[in-house]
Amino acid sequence: MLVFENLTKKYGDITAVDNLNLKIEEGEFFGLLGPNGAGKTTTIRMLSTLTPPTGGSISMDGRKMDRNLTELKAKIGVVPQHMNLEGEMTAWQNLELHGRLYGLRKELRRKRIDELLQFTDLSGRAHEPVKNFSGGMKRKLMIARALMHAPRILLLDEPTVGLDAAVRRKMWDLMKELNKNGLTVLLTTHYIEEAEVLCTRVGLMNGGRLVELDTPKRLIEKTGKFVLEYFDHGTTRTSFFNSRQEAIESAAGMEGSVNIRPANLEDTFIKLTNRKVGD
Amino acid sequence: MQFMTILWQEYVIFKRKFWSTTTGSMVGPVLYLIAFGWGLGSEIKVGGTGYVSFVIPGIIGLSTMTASFSNIANSINISRIYEKTFEEFMIAPLNMMVYAAGKITAGALRGMYSGLLILLLSLAFRAGVRIDAYFIAIIVLNCFVFSALGFAVGLLIDSHADMGKFTNFIITPMSFLCGTFFPLDKMPFGLKQLIWVLPLTHTSLGLRSRGEDPLSMASHLGILMLYFIVFLFLGARLCKKAE
Ligand SMILES: Nc1ncnc2c1ncn2[C@@H]1O[C@H](COP(=O)(O)OP(=O)(O)OP(=O)(O)O)[C@@H](O)[C@H]1O
Ligand SMILES: [Mg+2]
Repeated sequence: MLVFENLTKKYGDITAVDNLNLKIEEGEFFGLLGPNGAGKTTTIRMLSTLTPPTGGSISMDGRKMDRNLTELKAKIGVVPQHMNLEGEMTAWQNLELHGRLYGLRKELRRKRIDELLQFTDLSGRAHEPVKNFSGGMKRKLMIARALMHAPRILLLDEPTVGLDAAVRRKMWDLMKELNKNGLTVLLTTHYIEEAEVLCTRVGLMNGGRLVELDTPKRLIEKTGKFVLEYFDHGTTRTSFFNSRQEAIESAAGMEGSVNIRPANLEDTFIKLTNRKVGD
Repeated sequence: MQFMTILWQEYVIFKRKFWSTTTGSMVGPVLYLIAFGWGLGSEIKVGGTGYVSFVIPGIIGLSTMTASFSNIANSINISRIYEKTFEEFMIAPLNMMVYAAGKITAGALRGMYSGLLILLLSLAFRAGVRIDAYFIAIIVLNCFVFSALGFAVGLLIDSHADMGKFTNFIITPMSFLCGTFFPLDKMPFGLKQLIWVLPLTHTSLGLRSRGEDPLSMASHLGILMLYFIVFLFLGARLCKKAE
């Protein structure tokens, strides 16, 4: 179980994470949503001990996270937001390095590398330097790498950015599967749809604070799943609908260009704040 | 064995860049040998010996210094600031002291490799260099001193441009002044004492120690050792606090 207690991180005058209190249960699939700069990455970085909190603490199974507690760190797998593979090494070597760092035995390393490369469709490129890979291939390899040591908690910082739709679906299936087998997952995303498909619970962050905490279903109900954008008297306006059908019906009588798309975090967020202001 | 893992990784990358590393680390020494060995050397005598035999230990000292320092300083700096591969090690259940030890050893080995290349080159220039255990010990220590310094500096400095400045203002002046190309006693008072304190000076003196008394020979080893311990300690501290 993960417990965040009054967790705060300041960078000079900027409070990246502001007094965060949160409990994530074993086996949960938890999503952190928020616009750019909300503090999602900072939260993940503190949890993976890359950066120490300015105040408060994170504990795992009752023990406070610390950079020197290697047993705790071994239970965490991380897929960072930015690419951080060793470009001069091959895919195989990147996974091998990770396996060695986490103390896996040789036979187990070989077995897991084969499985994970196969799963991510990278077997054919196993012995090519990673710097030649496309963005999506790198991302898949990073996910494979985080799973190498069979962690108990998986931290995913926008893991599906840059993946094509088919691969994204496949990744979703994989994550769901892993979660079903007992892996606790903490995911950050901008896509409410992604949170809806995957997460059992979602926390909405803004300006370092946790402003909403609910199941995705209830969060989305508060806004509407689809957005209709239309151009009206010089400004783009948006309205929200619970289904694409309703949006299409409403758009039917409109002139000019209209755009119907799934709602994302920004829509939800704007709507939620408006509602609060309007109350 | 996480220590071996880090060496393994460095070896994989070294192997991939073998030819560019090898040729790259020979350019400097070859130019020095041509300019100061052939060009000037045939005419000049220093302390009773030919200038070529005088200058070669200096070139070995400065080249192993540069190779050990810049390789690790740049690799740590880039991996920390630009490529973010440093994070993979910070997240891993790896004692940061083991990481420091692995990286510093790898950097030192890289320095020794370029030292070996220069020794081979100097054979081609037919300069008689007498190699004994003390000579090797000094080179090895020199590599460890500057690899540890590179490790600390790579962690301390937060941009690649400032890394260049450190090299310009600290490493390059040392490579010219620390008894590498001319003996220290040609220096004016004050500057001479300042330069005597610098680590590379003791490498140069050590590599040319023929005829020195055992005590001052031991002092070169001791001073280099002291520098190594200080840089190692500094690097380990920075590494523990790195973000
Ligand atoms: N190393 C740093 N130094 C200074 N400020 C930082 C640093 N890292 C993050 N911040 C600031 O902290 C705030 C939160 O950033 P963070 O990266 O956690 O946001 P995020 O929710 O992950 O955003 P995004 O969706 O864009 O990835 C931002 O204002 C950012 O500028
Ligand atoms: Mg982020």
